[in-house]
Amino acid sequence: MPKVSMTVNGKPVTGDIEARTLLVQFLRENLRLTGTHVGCDTSQCGACVVHVNGVAMKSCTLLALQLEGANVLTIEGVAPSETQLHPMQEAFREHHALQCGYCTPGMIMSALDIVRRKGNELDDHTIREELDGNLCRCTGYHNIVKAIGAGAKAMAK
Amino acid sequence: MYNFTYHRPATVRQAANLLAKNPEAKLLAGGHSLIPVMKLRLAQPSALIDLNQIDELAGVEVKGRSVVIGALTRHADVANSQVLQQVLPGLASVPGSIGDPQVRNRGTIGGSVANNDPNADYPAACLGLGATIVTNKRRIAADDFFTGMFSTALEENEIIVKVMFPIAKKAAYEKFKHPASGFALVGVFVAKRGSDIRVAVTGAGANGVFRVKSFEEALKKRFSPKSIEGMTIPATGMNSDIHASPEYRAHLVGVLARRALAKATARGDSDVPGAIAGM
Ligand code: FES
Ligand code: FES
Repeated sequence: MPKVSMTVNGKPVTGDIEARTLLVQFLRENLRLTGTHVGCDTSQCGACVVHVNGVAMKSCTLLALQLEGANVLTIEGVAPSETQLHPMQEAFREHHALQCGYCTPGMIMSALDIVRRKGNELDDHTIREELDGNLCRCTGYHNIVKAIGAGAKAMAK
Repeated sequence: MYNFTYHRPATVRQAANLLAKNPEAKLLAGGHSLIPVMKLRLAQPSALIDLNQIDELAGVEVKGRSVVIGALTRHADVANSQVLQQVLPGLASVPGSIGDPQVRNRGTIGGSVANNDPNADYPAACLGLGATIVTNKRRIAADDFFTGMFSTALEENEIIVKVMFPIAKKAAYEKFKHPASGFALVGVFVAKRGSDIRVAVTGAGANGVFRVKSFEEALKKRFSPKSIEGMTIPATGMNSDIHASPEYRAHLVGVLARRALAKATARGDSDVPGAIAGM
């Protein structure tokens, strides 16, 4: 079987996988990093969003083999320590931006990418536009938008 | 999805050799059309040849009176290209409407052009600007390249390397976006470069992207929405599905062409200052 090596959340990892293994399967099944979810498997819902070399992508539509040598960040890698949340995670908690929580890891990874591209001062309209690729089945968008605005600000501190 | 063998060439030449050796292989660019189709088992390539490690294939640059975009350039990088926004904003605006932010971070212009999805945006931009598709073997004019839905003039063993867009003084794209998929229900690209006037339509035609000669003719006198006021195209040959009837699509072609013309003339040195009539 083909071999793949990449860095996930700062740690080097390798695996022997079938060529057809998706990145999200590799993360969840081989590495047991189950924070990255599969909501649709058709590139629509954004539950599977991770960062590849710093850029948000849908891990259900990437082959793990394509990530040879890449740097991957998942929701498990964003908090600064075991006991502390990342400011964006903290903002989601503070603003009650989740109900069932299924979409949340993807929402947070996308939110961090919005901050990367658009900066720390985000108006609601921008956030809503930029969340085009993330669906929340519980439709808690209002609080998600609030949380991302607050989290983006908190990240500047 | 069915399994396959995976190859990661470092150069276009290596990719071409692999393609020659594996007749059932497919090229993998952004993969955001191909991987979904493979998941549905509608495509079953024996091998995938991943072009993503070929650095020479990515980038946007101005060369003389053209903008040259490498085949592996991601939608987000085309949309954010400062130089493109300056010299050809009508083209820079196209990839920003594709999919969603994460899809734009991965999808590529070469993949979109090679796939020639009948609802995709880039084919309209290529045809509307009279682009040249450059492969590892030859140059193909956009007019000859798109040969019907999901089909192109590309031959076996042919790889798109870059797309060259002539810099048009006036150019704009208007799209009626399907609210769920983000694809163009109808999209119209208009451009004027000297006496060359083009109106290209995606999403509407049952046979993929096409030009509207009657509009182009009418625009020769004056490149303005007024020149095609009230004009429409026949509904025959238009696509029909649950989203829109052929008549509605034909109607949208006229409406969007007028909107695109208004945008293009407001952007370039306007023939008719401030014209936004004829919506
Ligand atoms: S699981 Fe990847 S976008 Fe839904
Ligand atoms: S919180 Fe349930 S899907 Fe978003």
